[in-house]
Amino acid sequence: MGAKSYRSVWGNALVVFFMGLVAVFMAFPLAFAIMHSLKPLDELFLFPPRFFVMKPSLKNFTDLFSLMGNSFVPFTRYFFNSIFVSVVGMLAHVVLSSMAAYPLSKHKFPGSKVLFQVIILSLMFTGFVLGIPRFIVMNSVGMIDTLWALLLPGIAGPLGFYLMRQFMTQVPDALIESARIDGASEFQIWWRIMMPNVKPAWLTLGLLAFQGFWGDTASVNLYIHTESMKTLPLAMGYLTNAGIARAGAGAAVSIVLLAPPLAIFIITQTNIIETMKSSGIKE
Amino acid sequence: MGNNQDQEVHISKGSDAALQSSSRLTRLWFKVKKSRVSYVMIAPYMILFVFFTVIPVITAIFLSFTYFNIIESPQFIGWSNYMRLFLEDDVFIIALKNTFVFALITGPLSYMACFVFAWLVNELKPRVRAFATILFYGPSLAGGTMTMLWMYFFSSDEFGLINNWLLQLGIFTEPFKWLQESSTNFIIVIIVALWGSLSTSFLVFIAGLQGVDKELYESGSIDGIKNRWQELYHITFPAMKPQLILAAILNIAGVMGVGELCRQLTGMPSPLYSTHTLVLHMEDYGTTKYEMGYAASIAVVLFAITLLLRWGINKIIKPEN
Repeated sequence: MGAKSYRSVWGNALVVFFMGLVAVFMAFPLAFAIMHSLKPLDELFLFPPRFFVMKPSLKNFTDLFSLMGNSFVPFTRYFFNSIFVSVVGMLAHVVLSSMAAYPLSKHKFPGSKVLFQVIILSLMFTGFVLGIPRFIVMNSVGMIDTLWALLLPGIAGPLGFYLMRQFMTQVPDALIESARIDGASEFQIWWRIMMPNVKPAWLTLGLLAFQGFWGDTASVNLYIHTESMKTLPLAMGYLTNAGIARAGAGAAVSIVLLAPPLAIFIITQTNIIETMKSSGIKE
Repeated sequence: MGNNQDQEVHISKGSDAALQSSSRLTRLWFKVKKSRVSYVMIAPYMILFVFFTVIPVITAIFLSFTYFNIIESPQFIGWSNYMRLFLEDDVFIIALKNTFVFALITGPLSYMACFVFAWLVNELKPRVRAFATILFYGPSLAGGTMTMLWMYFFSSDEFGLINNWLLQLGIFTEPFKWLQESSTNFIIVIIVALWGSLSTSFLVFIAGLQGVDKELYESGSIDGIKNRWQELYHITFPAMKPQLILAAILNIAGVMGVGELCRQLTGMPSPLYSTHTLVLHMEDYGTTKYEMGYAASIAVVLFAITLLLRWGINKIIKPEN
């Protein structure tokens, strides 16, 4: 406590008040969505609208499966696409970027420094800014309107790679040396020695990648034309734009959209903070 | 350094210099062969990275000097695309202005918000801290998808929550089209952007603050630091430089890429292009008009602004040596 003894009581009170205010601002839309998703149809049409739900029901959620079943692309299809892209993309991102981060953090080889600088530079270029340039390149190899267009660019995202490289640098060299003396190959060292030692980092990469794929509406808008290949956020967009009658279903989709990344974040939070501790840029 | 000195001596001897450089190449080739495993391991990631980031950037720079409609091969037209952007295209100027205004307001505000809330969250006890982190990070959890929730608040009919309150209070007599009116929709975009702005940088800052050496604070209080502001300025900021740089980079990347948010909230194109941004302008020419050369020149303008800002950051927050 010694270090914090000069905190004033008034200062603390002010801080708590301010944080509470912002917490309400942050939580309100999410709370509203939860309330809305539980409202039966008559409460959605209630005028004036109420914040709290009176007779909560899960009808909006169960309806999702029948609701879009009669449209030409069933809801389950959007859901499957989202899960498929997010899970496959996440796994591939974690494996490929950690496999590349290992030599870049622990081996010295010609070009390694340049490669790392290029990765740092590319942190500045998001998928949004690269949208059309990527479209042109993907179009030239016939990748437009395939799931590859949603998967591959995210797998090679620079942020996860960067965080992994920074975290791996801290693993003591002695561990690697002793494995090498025991005759382990570099692939074995990466998989059996490095990966168990950087668990916080690959959990972080997993969360960030999942989040990125899961919430990516821009890529779908740009690269996918076929309705049956689109993902869940697009379906939510249709529902929220369809007016009050679909508002309950739209809110239900938003809860479905929020739940998986939220669950992963709650589980991995401490690991993420651990990983970010080594994330600074010290050129 | 040793190598350089060797080289200087040999250059004076003419033919030996060639010998030296060829032996350097041999040595390099030897090193490359010895590092074969390293290259094999980075290859899968790097191939994808080069294909989806490096090649698109280079392609965009090349195509920005051409007329290219995807079907016919590109025709070289010099600086025409850039001339057209800055001299003829009024919508581009609007997009440029909107992007700058958005970046100037949202950029610094969200950067400060990320830091301030990370700082405040860090003062809490571990249990409360974990909860507060989830609460603040929540809006950015599902990428940009959660921004659609704001449609319920700003919807243009009387069921929109804001309209409803104002109607009930008698301030308005009829519902206001918040997202269609050019006087309000840009502000709403900024509010929603700020709502979702406690993202990766926020986590980077929390981690950075936890990583600051506790002894620094203790010796600081002995040295006469009186309140939390002095502590912040004299101890925390200097100790967190690496995180401040990373967060600034992510922040700039984020604000320059604004567009999807505007499309979701106000539609595309927005009324009177009131929330049109550079990214949206690029997408408009790329996907609906198929003028890829022109779209590429907008991409290059975006790259240039981003790199300029990156350079600016290095001037403001000098990295440690």
